[in-house]
Amino acid sequence: MSLLDVEELFVTFGRTAAVRGASFRIEKGETHCLVGESGCGKSVTALAIMGLLARGGERRAKRMEFAGTDLLSLSDRAMARLRGNRISMIFQEPMTSLNPAFTVGSQMAEVLTRHKGGSRGAALERAIELMDRVGITAPEMRLGQFPHQLSGGLRQRVMIAMALMCDPELLVADEPTTALDVTVQAQILRLLARLKREFGLSILLITHDLGIVARVADRVSVMYAGEVVESAPTSELFRAPQHPYTRGLLACVPVPGKVQREKPLGSIPGVVPTIAPGFAGCAFRSRCSDADMTCEREIPRKAAGATHDYLCRLAPRDVAELQPA
Amino acid sequence: MSISAVTPVAVPIPQTSRVGRAGFAIGLVIVGMVIAAALLGNAIVSADPFTQDLNNRLIPPFWMDGTQAGHLLGTDQLGRDYLARLVYGARISLLIGIMTVITSGLIGITLGVLGGFFGGRVDDVVLFAITTRLSIPVVLVALAVVGLLGSGLGLVVATLGLLLWDRFAVVARATTMQVRTLDYVNAAWCAGASTSHILIREILPNIASHLAVVGTLEMALAILLEAALSFLGLGVPPPLPSWGLMIAEGKDYMFFSPWVIMIPGAALFVLVLGINLVGDGLRNLLGTERLR
Repeated sequence: MSLLDVEELFVTFGRTAAVRGASFRIEKGETHCLVGESGCGKSVTALAIMGLLARGGERRAKRMEFAGTDLLSLSDRAMARLRGNRISMIFQEPMTSLNPAFTVGSQMAEVLTRHKGGSRGAALERAIELMDRVGITAPEMRLGQFPHQLSGGLRQRVMIAMALMCDPELLVADEPTTALDVTVQAQILRLLARLKREFGLSILLITHDLGIVARVADRVSVMYAGEVVESAPTSELFRAPQHPYTRGLLACVPVPGKVQREKPLGSIPGVVPTIAPGFAGCAFRSRCSDADMTCEREIPRKAAGATHDYLCRLAPRDVAELQPA
Repeated sequence: MSISAVTPVAVPIPQTSRVGRAGFAIGLVIVGMVIAAALLGNAIVSADPFTQDLNNRLIPPFWMDGTQAGHLLGTDQLGRDYLARLVYGARISLLIGIMTVITSGLIGITLGVLGGFFGGRVDDVVLFAITTRLSIPVVLVALAVVGLLGSGLGLVVATLGLLLWDRFAVVARATTMQVRTLDYVNAAWCAGASTSHILIREILPNIASHLAVVGTLEMALAILLEAALSFLGLGVPPPLPSWGLMIAEGKDYMFFSPWVIMIPGAALFVLVLGINLVGDGLRNLLGTERLR
């Protein structure tokens, strides 16, 4: 049984369909990446799983199960018991994700006492232990500090330590390194990979950075305009991308030695369209160089391997054909 | 893997002008002195504020001619020691100011935070309440209530408290709406926090600095309104020495003994100025710094 099983998730905000039938599974101990441009529904998918959609957002799904528990029918109270306890989340902006009015220690301790009870002293002990494990030096000193006294990288470590307080099974990380500079990014990514092993965590990592995907993901779902347009194990996705959007994304990443200097880097013209309910056909067709009339019809989901599928009318092609002309 | 300890940097001190900082300091000194006088005054001033001595009426204060050693600020028209009455009056003014701020703060902050946090229908109701309150003339209603129910310290506090919550509500509502959508509030939701936890631990502490500024303004306003009501004979009943009442009682003698209204008038002015300076200083000090 998968740890998280999402099948045909739809999220709408009034007349805007933010997520349209996204399906994916996360196995235990797996890092699953949701990749896509801004506005393609990655973060909304994560919030829909957490049951924390902004006002006016509605979600429905064929199935949404976490460790065998149906999240769709769960009461608000039961969902709150799950959040921060068995499913934790970390955010893009470590600078603003901590409450400026309380010390780091008291915020961390609070998460544990809220879900597991126990004394504040024991919770602070646990906070020190976790801060040590996420690589914060002198955790006893940090415990009594306020968020504004910490750097961005330190705050993100604190956020991660805080997310681990209750020993969660799933960690949802929404662009956890986007706001950090490159050296700190690498540290945080390595940290996440290590914690995944040590804690047996499953991670749902949301990112737009294919470099991060290549580095940490076991499996990737590429999202476009609210749909999962391609889903594959990481190595296979990079070796044989099938959907034109995935190929476009990969062409945007400079690879030293492969990219010719005088040639411009790949780009996908245009932006992600806003989709109203009732939209039919491929949402990428307006930006796709392979589009034709048939793209306006229902698009079948095709398999390009045992664990690799994509949403396009084009037949699967193997690697040789995919080399750019 | 680890990174070396980053030396914690000092909290940046917000840049305020030298005048602003001096104002804050002056305000603190004034308010501190008035509070000290109110708390300790009767230990220092031996005279009783209620004892009349008709042989020694309207004795001038120490800087004028014909002064008496026992009465540093002279006596009033009934021969009561003016310094003792002034000190006792400070107690009344501060009591009314603080109690009014507590009452109106409770009402206004509750309404404002709930409206700003829940939005929708709740917010509609709160906005309607604020609009209704703003359309009520404070002084007239206070006069009417006191006129109907009689004067008294508790009644003045209750009336002002029930009427002066509008600014608390407006500020609490606006700042709550800002804070509500910030990342750390979202993070708290994601950590499984309850609504009451979000309100009390995430929202309130982070709008408190703004509310403190409103509190000082409201306190100054309440003290002035109490003085006005007492001056009209509808506030604190005699023989309690409220500053407003002292001005009212002294106004018949102001041509020959101007100090009887100058002294409580100046005290009122200085206290309200001090409170406002503290409010300004607080705003500069905490102001927008905490909302980010």
